[in-house]
Amino acid sequence: MNATIDGDAVEPQDGGRRIHFLDDRLWLGRLMLAPAIVYIVALVGFPFVLAIIYSLSNVTVGSEGFHFVGLANFRQLVNSPQFWVAVKNTIFFTVVSQIAVIVLANILAMALLKDFPGKWLVRLLILLPWVAPISLGSIAWLWMLDPIYSIFNWVLRAVGWLGPNGRYIWLGQPDLAMASIIVVDVWRLLPLATVIILAGLSSIPKDLLEAAAIDGAGVVRRTFEIAMPLLLPIMLVAVLFGVVFTVTDLIVVFVLTRGGPFNSTQVLASWAYFTGIDSGDLATGAAISLFLFPVLVAIAVVLLRIAKRTELT
Amino acid sequence: MSTVETRALTKVFSEVPAVNGIDLMAQEGEFLVLVGPSGCGKTTLMRMIAGLEEPTSGKILIGQRDVTALPPRTRNIAMVFQSYALYPHLSVYRNIAFPLRARGADRRTIAEKVRWAAGMFGIERLLARKPRQLSGGERQRVALARAVVRQPLAFLLDEPLSNLDAKLRTLARDELKQFQRRIGTTTIYVTHDQIEAMGLGDRIAVLSEGRVRQIGTPREIYSDPADTFVATFMGSPPMNLTESDGVLLGFRPESLMPKSAAIAFSAVTIPMRITRIEYLGADCLIYGVLQPPFPEGPAIVRTGAGGPPPCAPGDLYEFSVEEPDLKRFDRGTGLRCNSPRGERERHHRR
Repeated sequence: MNATIDGDAVEPQDGGRRIHFLDDRLWLGRLMLAPAIVYIVALVGFPFVLAIIYSLSNVTVGSEGFHFVGLANFRQLVNSPQFWVAVKNTIFFTVVSQIAVIVLANILAMALLKDFPGKWLVRLLILLPWVAPISLGSIAWLWMLDPIYSIFNWVLRAVGWLGPNGRYIWLGQPDLAMASIIVVDVWRLLPLATVIILAGLSSIPKDLLEAAAIDGAGVVRRTFEIAMPLLLPIMLVAVLFGVVFTVTDLIVVFVLTRGGPFNSTQVLASWAYFTGIDSGDLATGAAISLFLFPVLVAIAVVLLRIAKRTELT
Repeated sequence: MSTVETRALTKVFSEVPAVNGIDLMAQEGEFLVLVGPSGCGKTTLMRMIAGLEEPTSGKILIGQRDVTALPPRTRNIAMVFQSYALYPHLSVYRNIAFPLRARGADRRTIAEKVRWAAGMFGIERLLARKPRQLSGGERQRVALARAVVRQPLAFLLDEPLSNLDAKLRTLARDELKQFQRRIGTTTIYVTHDQIEAMGLGDRIAVLSEGRVRQIGTPREIYSDPADTFVATFMGSPPMNLTESDGVLLGFRPESLMPKSAAIAFSAVTIPMRITRIEYLGADCLIYGVLQPPFPEGPAIVRTGAGGPPPCAPGDLYEFSVEEPDLKRFDRGTGLRCNSPRGERERHHRR
């Protein structure tokens, strides 16, 4: 405000040459966009370009030189059985957790749409996993899934499912370990999906569901023939977020299983980290992390296209 | 075809009664219009009949069957919403077919009935389109076709013409009335537009503050209003009201005529200071201020536009109203005091 007043006061003396640049819409727009652009270029664009360069080289943590090796790293990956295990795990982990997230988020959102006493508390509890840092949440899960102290084993023993000394090694058996990381991922992504779907549900005109009720449709028909199709575009957005977060995230796997046992929970993101950072092979790590990029872009394009096609105006 | 009846129907929203003990009966095949200002409870009343709102007390009977506790889908009624509520992701065909599919009709019956309903409203060529590709008038027809397709016991129409422009609305009103006559299904129609109410209704129920102020044919409502609310709500411009001999005297703008033209001996002279004259094409409105013996107050006269108005702004001009056109209302209660019908309505409401 002061600047504008100063500018106005100075202007006549300068013969109108000094126009305050904050008054210029073009410059003001550029100025407002600058932080976002700097942020994206510095924290997303630069590492991304660096990853592409690394993936085409033989650079390691300790190397001083840089040699361009072409697509050798990718060729080596495709020929490695461990890579395919990680690809398979990533797909399984993502698909199963996203199906669970969407089903549960729909149920939760529909429940939260209704008024009931203590609704704010339920909303708060549901949002909590999203608000809490992922690493903290994962560490809490690590304890809950601990072979000795696991609260789940304790409960299962208390209800008589397990014998007095029986226990599940949640993170130590391949199938249970995969199930465990899926459960934690679902727990973590459910709040976002629920909020997105809740927003979608509240935007469906009440008239439509009432008209369907009068037209003779029961709850099931109203849900699957009216509400769900109208919700589809926004549900796809939730799925897109979920897929991207799940595929690119390594924290859950890193904290809970470190990819084990026997690589049964190794996903591309965690394997890229272990190879690139822990083992110091930056080039291969970069190649692994880049591998899913075209796949994710394709998924995003397809989902957004479907969302656009089904959008209703 | 069926009767629709409410008995002492009440709906209270957080201690405020939106509908307050309404007794109403739509006869078989009747076109009953619920009219009243915003917030008078007409939409709540209709939503209770549809089953979308649970009454606080009272009963709803459709075809003599108590449906008060039944969900909307088992009441076998159809409703057209103000927004039309067409399913945006379904084609016109599937929109119209929806009530039939919900009732488990077979594919052939559905196809036959959809064609029949679409034919009734002349929308066969639109069947493949999506609602967003339709004009306002076309959407309204689709909504009506969807209501008609399963031949319900009664229609509930919630201001279905209010989204149409003025020209289309007059046309749609006529079509709606003809269509209702043709299929003869009991219809309850909600509107805040008194012209629509007068034009469409076999009978009109005028609502205010959750109560029925008067039920009657359009003619009865207009020329024999039960109280000052009905008198001033129905008719545009509204009935003029002034005080005389301890009662409220009411007269319609069109019942005022130049004193020189009055022939009846029983005419009452109404002196007015003219303030403004409005030429409206088909007729002419003369605005003025009443003069003694009446207390000073605004009044409107409507004359045919055939000749020039009998006066100019600034003139003191004498109009007269014939005795049968004068309505007298109680000053305290606003109820009619010189009409047997008024008495009856008052009794009915109690």
